[in-house]
Amino acid sequence: MRKIHRRMLEFLVVVIFTVAFGVPFLFVIFSAGKSTAEAATMAFSLPSSPQYLENFREVFRAGGGMVLRGFYNSVRLTIFTILVLTVVSAMTGFVLERRRERVGSLILFLIMTGLMLPPAVVPTIWILKGLGLYPTLLSMVMIEVALGFPFAVLLYRAFMISIPRDLDEAALIDGCGPLYLFFRIIFPLLKPVSVTIIILTSINVYNDFVNPLYFLPGAENVTIQLSLYNFQTQFHTRWNLLFADVLVIAVPPFLFYLFFRRQIVEGMVAGAIKA
Amino acid sequence: MRTRIYSYWFILPGMVIYGLFFLFPVLISFPFSFTRWTLTDWYFTGLDNFRMFFSEPSLRIGFINTFIYAVLTSGLKTVLGFIFAAYLVARPLGSGFLQSITFFPSIISTVAVGVTFSGLMHPAFGLINKALAFIGIPGPDWLGDPHLALLSVSLVDVWRGVGIATVIYIAGIRSIPRSYYEAAMIDGATSGQRLLSITLPLSRPAMNTVILLSFIGGLRTFDLIWVMTRGGPGFSSDLIASIIYKQYQSGFYGLSTAGNVILFIFIALLAVPLNRVLSKSEVSL
Repeated sequence: MRKIHRRMLEFLVVVIFTVAFGVPFLFVIFSAGKSTAEAATMAFSLPSSPQYLENFREVFRAGGGMVLRGFYNSVRLTIFTILVLTVVSAMTGFVLERRRERVGSLILFLIMTGLMLPPAVVPTIWILKGLGLYPTLLSMVMIEVALGFPFAVLLYRAFMISIPRDLDEAALIDGCGPLYLFFRIIFPLLKPVSVTIIILTSINVYNDFVNPLYFLPGAENVTIQLSLYNFQTQFHTRWNLLFADVLVIAVPPFLFYLFFRRQIVEGMVAGAIKA
Repeated sequence: MRTRIYSYWFILPGMVIYGLFFLFPVLISFPFSFTRWTLTDWYFTGLDNFRMFFSEPSLRIGFINTFIYAVLTSGLKTVLGFIFAAYLVARPLGSGFLQSITFFPSIISTVAVGVTFSGLMHPAFGLINKALAFIGIPGPDWLGDPHLALLSVSLVDVWRGVGIATVIYIAGIRSIPRSYYEAAMIDGATSGQRLLSITLPLSRPAMNTVILLSFIGGLRTFDLIWVMTRGGPGFSSDLIASIIYKQYQSGFYGLSTAGNVILFIFIALLAVPLNRVLSKSEVSL
């Protein structure tokens, strides 16, 4: 009897959570397929005559193809950030773990301040202008790398401890140079951390709204998050299109989540504990 | 040999990028915060920018709001995350599903979440107020009421971030040795007693992480508030970060940079002592 009672309570909890966390998503999915008039009532109901394809087509066409351009820019931004970030932070983590000297710990301290301090926006723009890089995708890549650097170095450095130094020495005796040692032997061994960093970085960079807003203005450079933000003002009365756009933007993280659930969760825990 | 294989040259590429695009801007923000600045030209104005921040009510409100926002969001995430985690580690019905569904919002962009909740919190048509009306409560204008806007956005932030807090707690609770619970059960401790005298104190490291992470996150928040209210109505939900952006947009670069410096100091003044207090209170296994 008590067991049945408990099961009922547990079922109730599932219902409450499903409402609190599932209904917003269902609402977006339902509304994205409605006509403008039907979506305006904001009812929580299936679309009476679903027009998903039409709505998506309109979202993709709006603003001269802003959403597609946003996708294209966000994907490039994410890929280049990952390429640069993993290599430079693995190299940094490698040397900082192997050489525990005063200089090294000072550098580490400087890197770790980046975990807490917010970026100084206007001075960064000033520097970018001075370098002739404002506003370019390249500069945005560099900024994303700089922002992801502290956390990535921290993880790489922590993981390096588990790779024995004997390995370095053996490689050296076999005639490896430092570059060969790092790129052919150490970097491949760092793969588990690299995967964590790649997954978390893709989510962060793809979802980033603030930094592109500051550092990447202009219709040409629009990222996917900014395109949704621009739609918000443009379509504030056309909730069907707005929600169709939300849906389009949420699909990549959703697929990502399905495939990498475990790594995402573990990565976030690792990040939280290290930070 | 060390200098040869573990050459500091390896650090150079990363440090150049980090230095040029993060550290150096942070450093020069200090001198620039004392100037009126047009990006091409600047002149020294002393403490004017700071005086402005502390004397104008529309700017000063940012401090109070940021503090409220950070305390509220991190407080709720700390408490709710613990409750969720303590419930989920017992593997009740549908625990995998529950963990997924609470965690999923945190990997969706804040813009998407903000837009969605702007719809759900619509005063007349929004689902939240419709649900309230159904049980006979007249729903407020969540984002349009100056007394409520900040609270409403904080709640959305909690909705989005509580999943991460839960996951951190779960990791912490799982690392508590089973033998503690077994011993307590032999001594006849009830499940409530086990929760309060084993799980709660021994998940302090996880709790401190959650508090610190969400508190600093809350102090720095910009995106959710910007997408949902733009600091409005009036200045009622402006945070330091949104004020910095507004000043930047209006071309007051010196003032905006001063805001940034204030935010550094604000975070350092609050987070560093908090960290110290929290780590002192940890119980070791």
